[in-house]
Amino acid sequence: MNTVRQLDRVVIRFAGDSGDGMQLTGDRFTAETAKLGNDLSTLPNYPAEIRAPAGTLPGVSSFQIHFADTDILTPGDQPEVLIAMNPAALKANLRDLKPGGTIVVNTDEFTKRNLTKVGYDDNPLEDGSLEDYQLHPVALATLTIGALAEFEISKKDAERSKNMFALGLVSWMYSRPTEATEEFLRGKFKSKPVIAEANIAALKAGWNYGETAEAFAVRFEIPPAKLAAGTYRNITGNTALAWGITASGVASGLPVFLGAYPITPASDILHELSKHKRFGVTTVQAEDEIAAAGAALGASWGGALAVTTSSGPGIALKSETISLAVSLELPLVVVDVQRAGPSTGMPTKTEQADLVMAMFGRHGEAPIAVIAPQSPSDCFDIMLEAARIALTYRTPVMVLSDGYIANGAEPWKLPEMADLPDLSVEFATEPNAVDAKGEEVFLPFQRDPETLARPWAVPGTPGLQHRIGGIEKADGTGDISYDPINHDHMVRTRAAKIAGVEVPDLEVDDPTGDANVLVLGWGSTWGPIGAAVRALREKGVSIARAHLRYLNPMPRNTAHVLEKYDKVVVPEMNLGQLALLLRGHFPGTDVVGYNKVRGLPFTSNELEDALEEVIKNG
Amino acid sequence: MGDAVKLDAPKLKAKDFKSSQEVRWCPGCGDYAILAAVQSFLPELGLQRENIAFVSGIGCSSRFPYYLNTYGIHSIHGRAPAIATGLAVSRPDLSVWVVTGDGDALSIGGNHLIHALRRNVNLKILLFNNRIYGLTKGQYSPTSGPGTLTKSSPMGSVDAPFNPLSLALGSEATFVARTLDSDRAHLHEVLRAAAEHEGSAFVEIYQNCPIFNDGAFEVLKNPDTRDESLIRLQDGEPIRFGDKAVVQSGYGLQVKDAAEVDESEIVVHKADVDDPAYAFALSRLSGVALDHTPIGVFRSVKRPTYDRQVRTQVDEAAAGVDRKEALDRLLHGGDTWTVL
Repeated sequence: MNTVRQLDRVVIRFAGDSGDGMQLTGDRFTAETAKLGNDLSTLPNYPAEIRAPAGTLPGVSSFQIHFADTDILTPGDQPEVLIAMNPAALKANLRDLKPGGTIVVNTDEFTKRNLTKVGYDDNPLEDGSLEDYQLHPVALATLTIGALAEFEISKKDAERSKNMFALGLVSWMYSRPTEATEEFLRGKFKSKPVIAEANIAALKAGWNYGETAEAFAVRFEIPPAKLAAGTYRNITGNTALAWGITASGVASGLPVFLGAYPITPASDILHELSKHKRFGVTTVQAEDEIAAAGAALGASWGGALAVTTSSGPGIALKSETISLAVSLELPLVVVDVQRAGPSTGMPTKTEQADLVMAMFGRHGEAPIAVIAPQSPSDCFDIMLEAARIALTYRTPVMVLSDGYIANGAEPWKLPEMADLPDLSVEFATEPNAVDAKGEEVFLPFQRDPETLARPWAVPGTPGLQHRIGGIEKADGTGDISYDPINHDHMVRTRAAKIAGVEVPDLEVDDPTGDANVLVLGWGSTWGPIGAAVRALREKGVSIARAHLRYLNPMPRNTAHVLEKYDKVVVPEMNLGQLALLLRGHFPGTDVVGYNKVRGLPFTSNELEDALEEVIKNG
Repeated sequence: MGDAVKLDAPKLKAKDFKSSQEVRWCPGCGDYAILAAVQSFLPELGLQRENIAFVSGIGCSSRFPYYLNTYGIHSIHGRAPAIATGLAVSRPDLSVWVVTGDGDALSIGGNHLIHALRRNVNLKILLFNNRIYGLTKGQYSPTSGPGTLTKSSPMGSVDAPFNPLSLALGSEATFVARTLDSDRAHLHEVLRAAAEHEGSAFVEIYQNCPIFNDGAFEVLKNPDTRDESLIRLQDGEPIRFGDKAVVQSGYGLQVKDAAEVDESEIVVHKADVDDPAYAFALSRLSGVALDHTPIGVFRSVKRPTYDRQVRTQVDEAAAGVDRKEALDRLLHGGDTWTVL
C-alpha cells in the first residue's frame, strides 16, 4: 500500500540525450499539471547542436518544471527530482539537484562504455557517491521493451518509447492524469496507429510500475493553486509573441507582414506566424536579416503592420534599416529575442545584453521606443503595446524578449476578445495644406500636434504622391534639405516624438511603506526578482520593488519613484546596462547593480541573498 | 504587369510625371536622358501616377525617384530590391520599379538582387551601369575593367568585373535586357517589354558618367565604330550586325564574318528559349571591351511570380475568415483549463 503525501510545491527536471525526447516528455508533464490546476513555470535547456554525439555531456537536453498550489514566479532554482536517462544526464545535472533529492535513473544506459564516455571511472549507481540522495534505479529500456513485447514493432521502436514509460512513472509519483497525453499520442502518430498504441502502453506500464514496484513507497499530491477565475492555457514567450502579433493585426484591421531570417532563439516566431495566414498574416523568409527588415519596411510603406524578428546578431544587421525607418517615420515593430553574446556567443542561452544596442545602436540621433515583456504570457500584451506605439507614432519599436521567456512557459489567463484594444489607424487620403499659390497640397512631414506623428499616405492614394528618403527632409514638405537649422529642428523633433510616447506609470509594490531599498528590474528577471522579494518579506524584511516594461521612454513618474529610496538595486543579466541608463537619467539615484552573465536566469535564492546584503549594509 | 490597377482616367503625358524637384545630376550625365525617356514612357503604362512606385538605393542613379511625380523611396545603399519586395508582395495594385546602379546593385546589394531575381518578384529593375562609383567621386566599381585607374586603384584595379547580364541569368532571372542611355527609341522598346513582363525584369542600361568615366560606351555610340560592335537583338530575326553574324560554336556563340557563313548557320534570336544557356551565351559575346555587344531583350520567359504565390496562399487561407472569432479559437485551442 502506498502512502500519499501532500506537497505544496515541487521542482522536477527531466534530463536525457538530445534524442531521448525530453522536451516532449516535459511538455506532456506540463500539460497534465496544468490540467490539474497547479500554477507552474517551465524551463527547457537544450544544446545548440541538433544531434550532438549520443551519450555525451554536450548532447544532454533537459526540461525543468516547477509547480505548486500557490502562484509561482520561476521554474525553480534547484530541482528536487531528477529523471536521468543516461550517465551524461546524471553527470550534467547532479550538481543542480537539491541535497537529499530524488533521482530516477535509467540503469540500462549505465554501461562501462557510456560511463567512460562522460568520465566516470566507477559506476556512480554502485560506488556509494549517491548515497545522500533517494536513488531509484529503473531499467527503463528493458521494462519498456518487455511491456511492448506483444506489439509488432521493432525492438528499436519499442526502446524509443522509454520516455513515455518514464513519463508514466513520474505521473504516478505526482498523481498526474495521463488521459490527455494518450489523446495527444493518438494525434501525433495518426498515420502510425501501432506506434501510438505502443507509446500509450509504455505510458501505462510506467504508471503501473510505480503502483506495483515496492521501491516507490510514497506518492505525492500537489493540490490546485487558487488562480483568478477564467480559462487558462500554458504558453511560451515565443508563441505568445506570435499570437500577440496576430492579435495586433486583428485589433488594427491591418494586414500583418513579417520579414524574418531564421535565427535561434527567435525562429519559432516565424514558424508560428507562418501558420496564421488565415488572419491575413504574410511571412517572408528573406535572404538575410537586412532584407527581412527591408521587406518589412517596404510593406509598412505600403500600409501593412510590419514586423521583423531576430536575435542580437540579426538586430545588428538590421540597424541601418531601423535608422531609415526612424528617418522615414514609418511604423516598424522589431523583436529581439536576446541571447548570450557577443557574436555567436551561446545561441540557446539567455542574456539581457542588447538593451544599450536597442537604445543607441544606430548611427546619428536615431531614437526609437524600447519595451520589454516580463514573462512568457506578457509577450502577448507587449506586442499589442508595440503595435500601438508603432502605429500611433509612426516609429520603429524594439521589443526586448530573451531566451529565458521565449522558451519558458507559464499558465496564461486568456483575454476576452472584447478587451482587445482598438488599434485602428487613419491613413491620409486628402491634401493637408495650401501652398503659396493657394493650391491644396500634401505635406508628408506635417505633424499631428499631439503625437508629432506624420501622416501615413500609402502608395495608391490619389493626389498624395510624394517622395521620401533617408536624406534629411525639410519639416513639412519632406523635400531634401541640407539647411542647418532644419536639421537641428528635425533631430530634436524626432527625439521629442519618442520622448512623448504615452506609457503607463511605473507601479511600485511597497506593502509596508517603510522600505529603504527598491529593487528595479526589466524584462525576464521579473519572476526571479518577485520570488526573492516574496521570500524576504516572509522573513519580515522590508523591500520595495518595481519593474520597467517601458525602457524608452521610461514612465513619467520614474524619477519620482526612485527618489523615495536610499538605494535602487538593479539585477540584470548583463554588466549594468539599465544601471547605466538610470545613472544618466537620474544622477541623484544610488544605483547598485547585481550582474551575472552565465547564460542562465537568476535564481531567486541568489537574488534574495544579494538584496538582503544591500539592505543589511544600509 | 501583374495586377496593377488600370483606370479609365485622363491620359497622362510625360510632363505629368515630372516632380517639382530640381534635377541635380552633373551636366551631361546619362541619367538625364534616362529620366526623360522614363518620363515619356510612363504614360504608356496606362496607370495613374499614384499606382506607380519607384524604389532606389544609394548612388547617383538612386536620386531618380525624387524627380518623378509618383510615389517614391530613396532608401539604403543596396537594399532597394528588398524594400521593393516587401511592397510588391503586399500591394498587388502597384507597379513597382527599382532604380539602381552598378555599385548599388552588384556590390553592396548583390545579395538582394540575386534573390529578387531567383524569386521572380514582380519588380522592374533598372540598373544604370556606368562602370564607376560616381557619388563617392570616382572609385572603381564591380563592373570596371581590370587595370582601371582610379583614386582607389592608382596602379590599376585588380578586381575581376561582373558581367551583369550573366549574373542575372545565373540568378534564374526570367527577363533580362540591355539598352543604352542615348537611344531613346530603344530604351522605350526595352522598358515596354520589361513592363509587360510579369515577374522580375532586369534591365541593364549603359549610362555615361561624364565626370569619372566619360566615353565608357562611346564605341557603341560613335557612328564610326557602332556598326561593328553593337548587336541589336530582334526576336525572330537572324543575329547580324555590320558585316558580321552570330553562329553557334562549341557550347556557346561566336561572331563570324557574315560572308563566310551560310544563312542557315546564323542564330535566330528567340528571347523565350527556356534554356538560359542561350541567353547566357549571348551575354558572353561582349566583355569589358564591348567588342560585340548585344542590346535588346536577351531572355523573356514565364514563371510564377513570388509575390502572387505568397498572396494566393494568404488569400486562400483568409477567405471568409472572421478574424476575431478565429483568434478566439486559436487562443482556446489545444490544452486549456478553467478555474472557477
